Amino acid sequence: MINLRVGDQAKDVANVDQRDGGAILATTHLSFWYAKFLAIEDVSIEMPDRKITAIIGPSGCGKSTFLRCFNRMNELIPGTRIEGDVMFRGTNVNDRSVDPVEIRRQVGMVFQKPNPFPKSIYDNVAYGPRVNRYQGSMDEIVETSLRRAALWDEVKDDLKKSGLALSGGQQQRLCIARALAVQPEVLLMDEPCSALDPIATTRIEDLMRELREDLSIVIVTHNMQQAARVSDRTAFFTLGEAGAGVLVEHDETQRIFTTPSDDRTEAYITGRFG
Amino acid sequence: MPPRAGFEEQLKHIQDEVLLIGSLVEKTIHRSVQSLSDRNLELAQQVIADDDEIDVRQHELEEFCIDVIARQQPMAGDLRMIVTGLQVASELERIGDYAEGIAKISVRMGDQPPLKPLIDIPRMADISVNMLRRSLTALNARDDEIAREVWQDDDQVDQLNEQVFRELVTYMLQDPRNIERATLLMWVSHNLERVADRATNIAERVIYLSTGLIATEGQSWSDVGLDSDTDKNGGGSE
Repeated sequence: MINLRVGDQAKDVANVDQRDGGAILATTHLSFWYAKFLAIEDVSIEMPDRKITAIIGPSGCGKSTFLRCFNRMNELIPGTRIEGDVMFRGTNVNDRSVDPVEIRRQVGMVFQKPNPFPKSIYDNVAYGPRVNRYQGSMDEIVETSLRRAALWDEVKDDLKKSGLALSGGQQQRLCIARALAVQPEVLLMDEPCSALDPIATTRIEDLMRELREDLSIVIVTHNMQQAARVSDRTAFFTLGEAGAGVLVEHDETQRIFTTPSDDRTEAYITGRFG
Repeated sequence: MPPRAGFEEQLKHIQDEVLLIGSLVEKTIHRSVQSLSDRNLELAQQVIADDDEIDVRQHELEEFCIDVIARQQPMAGDLRMIVTGLQVASELERIGDYAEGIAKISVRMGDQPPLKPLIDIPRMADISVNMLRRSLTALNARDDEIAREVWQDDDQVDQLNEQVFRELVTYMLQDPRNIERATLLMWVSHNLERVADRATNIAERVIYLSTGLIATEGQSWSDVGLDSDTDKNGGGSE
């Protein structure tokens, strides 16, 4: 099990061999409230390691809230409450002894709108390693991260240029490089392509498939074709009777998009919802 | 207006067109066998000419389905319906070709005297057309139970084909002058046996349409994840 305790900065290199391809993320009876508003209700799911899991569902069904549970991003919002377990490699991420900063290092996140810092490309990528007091070669980790994000060839001659000067698609890949620089095991992606054109979207999707070789990805997307194209597994959320987001089913993506088990999934993915 | 009303109409058009081609094909098999047993050359020529309409309709339906896939990006049950429509239309077009083949044999036999009264061949035609009709009924109703029954009838046609084959070989052995006519009848029998196979294929597509399971003849229902009381001797793995 990975040590997520406060003050532990151990890198996970040694743990790579211990990966067994089982579940890396899981929730058990997870419910989440914004003050008195129940946003997601009783969600239990396991997400396999080094696979791409897509979360689909109509607006307001709690997909993003669910995603943010895995790296404790929701607790930054006042008045929220969580019940049930959120597990990362067998550790309950909400355990008192777990350091949220360490969790966020291992479970990285990419957002809908590319949000590079108003800094150079280099400094954007180096930001996380510096905060984590990375001891190795910074040039090396910047290059490696930019290469993994399929951006290196486009920016290698101008690393001092502002990250904000890049195109939307490049900015999003810079954000992915920035997330990769702290060597996460999981990448949470919240609508990462919704602000991008089809070509930039294709590049991100290709990149996701490459990254899946050594990390796990959970992507929230409104674009069902995207979920069908990139993911290994798909989870369908919808609004339950109580108005809270519920998990309807999760299965192999191939099955969800050809023969879903639940009529609500069928209605949603065939565009007959509501 | 219900969601995706235009798309619903397109899906309905695909199903209607498949059923229409199916009814043309049913008719053409009956007529081809009738032309043979009645020695009606005019009818045989008509069957050959009518096959063009089946081919044209199948091609048009194929283009329509491809267009719908490209524009609508169908998923789940819709996707299965369109894929099934494409496959069933292709099976029907092939069945039409078998009918045309029988009609051509009828023409080739011309005014030669019949080798024997046709008994088993019309029976094979009846069973095959019945299988085809039921497989299309199953498609219309998306009823995999009916489709399963069609699957089981294929054995009867296979047995009749074997029976016809043995009988015709006997005729050939009796008198070498029978060889040509007997061979032509073997082709007819073979074509009808293939019609039943194709009807079985259609039944398999219906099972896919309604369950998402891809099944092939020779597998037991438990092999493809379905339990059935009617297939206890189906060679299941359990």
